[in-house]
Amino acid sequence: MYPDDFYYTKDHEWIQVKEDKATVGITDFAQKQLGDVVYVEMPKVGTQLEFHQSIGVIESVKAVSDIYSPVSGEVIEVNTDLNDSPELVNQDPHGKGWFIRLKIGDETEFEKLMSADDYEKFLEGIEE
Amino acid sequence: MIREPLIFEISGKGKRAFSLPELDVPSREDILQGLPVRENIEGFPQVSEVEIIRHFTRLSKANYCVDEGFYPLGSCTMKYNPKINEKIAAISEFVLSHPYAPFDLVQGNLGILKTTEELMNEITGMDAFSFLPAAGAQGELVGMMLIRAYLEERGNPRKIVLIPDSAHGTNPSSAHICGYNIQEIESNEKGTIDISSLEQNMTEDVAALMITNPNTLGVFEADIKKISEIVHAKGGFVYMDGANMNALVGICRPGDMDVDVIHLNLHKTFSTPHGGGGPGSGPVGVKRELEPYLPLPTIKKSEDKYILDFDRPKSIGRVRSFFGNFLVVVKAMVYILSLGPRGLKEVSEIAVLNSNYVRKSLEKDYFLKYTTPTLHECVFSDKFQKKHGVQNIDIAKRLIDFGVHPPTMSFPLIVQGALMTEPTETESKRDLDLFIDAMKQISKEAKENPEIVKSAPHSSYVRRLDETSAARSPVLRWVEKK
Repeated sequence: MYPDDFYYTKDHEWIQVKEDKATVGITDFAQKQLGDVVYVEMPKVGTQLEFHQSIGVIESVKAVSDIYSPVSGEVIEVNTDLNDSPELVNQDPHGKGWFIRLKIGDETEFEKLMSADDYEKFLEGIEE
Repeated sequence: MIREPLIFEISGKGKRAFSLPELDVPSREDILQGLPVRENIEGFPQVSEVEIIRHFTRLSKANYCVDEGFYPLGSCTMKYNPKINEKIAAISEFVLSHPYAPFDLVQGNLGILKTTEELMNEITGMDAFSFLPAAGAQGELVGMMLIRAYLEERGNPRKIVLIPDSAHGTNPSSAHICGYNIQEIESNEKGTIDISSLEQNMTEDVAALMITNPNTLGVFEADIKKISEIVHAKGGFVYMDGANMNALVGICRPGDMDVDVIHLNLHKTFSTPHGGGGPGSGPVGVKRELEPYLPLPTIKKSEDKYILDFDRPKSIGRVRSFFGNFLVVVKAMVYILSLGPRGLKEVSEIAVLNSNYVRKSLEKDYFLKYTTPTLHECVFSDKFQKKHGVQNIDIAKRLIDFGVHPPTMSFPLIVQGALMTEPTETESKRDLDLFIDAMKQISKEAKENPEIVKSAPHSSYVRRLDETSAARSPVLRWVEKK
């Protein structure tokens, strides 16, 4: 279910690293909890993000929630497909539903994140 | 049931709802000669008087309102609004007062604003109020602007506002618009602010803590004095969202909890119409040190008359035209004076009693994540029903079939599948029992016949709406089909 090469946060974001760049999205668990996503607000390319800084807002039929940056870095790309097709977050949260790409600021911050195994254990502990 | 057509669909060329006698003054063409006057508005509906009356009467019958039945929308305090409020506010001297009338001609109105300010000071323990903010969210923004103005004057507006995860949903947005970053404070297992988390996060970068007390779980922050002390020790302010004031009036006062700024929702606690029946009013109360920053104008008694005070150099300025929603303030004043101190205290006591009656009656049927005692509202969830594939939205929709307005859903976010229920003091035991029976019945249906819940509502004007499509591709304007 949860890709092995991703890192995960307690706020249910994932981050996938390729060299010095990383892609960020929200997990399948998060999209299920939110229900149908209707709107995603994202940061501008070039924004400098701190660790755990709010990068945008995700709005579903149930609630509006913040999305946090799992690590610090600079926004180098945002997924503009989500403007017209926010349902991609529900349909393919770990793929086409990605939010932003980052140039990683501080690699040591990955130590604070969870592996897929840890995240699945973390989910078991959460009240459904 | 037949769907009511849009008024555009009833329209027929040349139909009109008025007929005027022949003109005996210059015609429009003469007066407006040479000005760019539009001949007609494309698509503007043309209907007769009887069509207008029937159209809107039929629509009003499809509506649901607090004059019709139980409305347990959590943290919204949808209490019944006594008709005496409307009667007094409709007195022609109030209704026909012109906002530009000279002070001498509206002394009574200014006196009402001042009297209501004094009543609110007494109720909340604050030192001064502004009735200018037009609704709760504007009150929040104004409150945060006061804090910012105070801090800026001292050279550092600071960067962060702390907000518990059980706070009212508009707080982060208000603080953000005021230029602050939000730091969330997690609740502990009791559903209250975690003191050690607050201590850890409360630095000299923090401008304020925005707290809702009782919080959206209905739990009273019993450590509020300690909380205020921690915030004040680092030079920050305590902002209290007064949305849940209906649990406290006449019993305890935010001012005595060392709260520095509060906003009230007259359309909640003080029984003025709420939602589409508004307008709202979100007065802001402050302690003495923030008073100089209140928006313009304030009302001052000078010798034997009231004057509007614009000579306040530290003020954040104008936030609303004229005097706010004046008639709403009149209604709130009528409510306060007709109940008096003992009556207001009883309001809070019965609101808390009613909520606890509902909680106790339903706690076996619906999951309560937090078992801490609650005041005027409690938050159930759909955990038990989910096993049968029934979610909070299905329960809410099914309630419509029982003639009840659904509770607030999916908020606060710390309770998955939340059903935030606030009965208010105005419901009789009989009405509470009707609600409780309906909820028990739905819980039973979820087990035995979940389809009936999942396909609800069955008896309403429209069936289950496609909320996702409505939000993803909203149709905001009528367009004639060619």
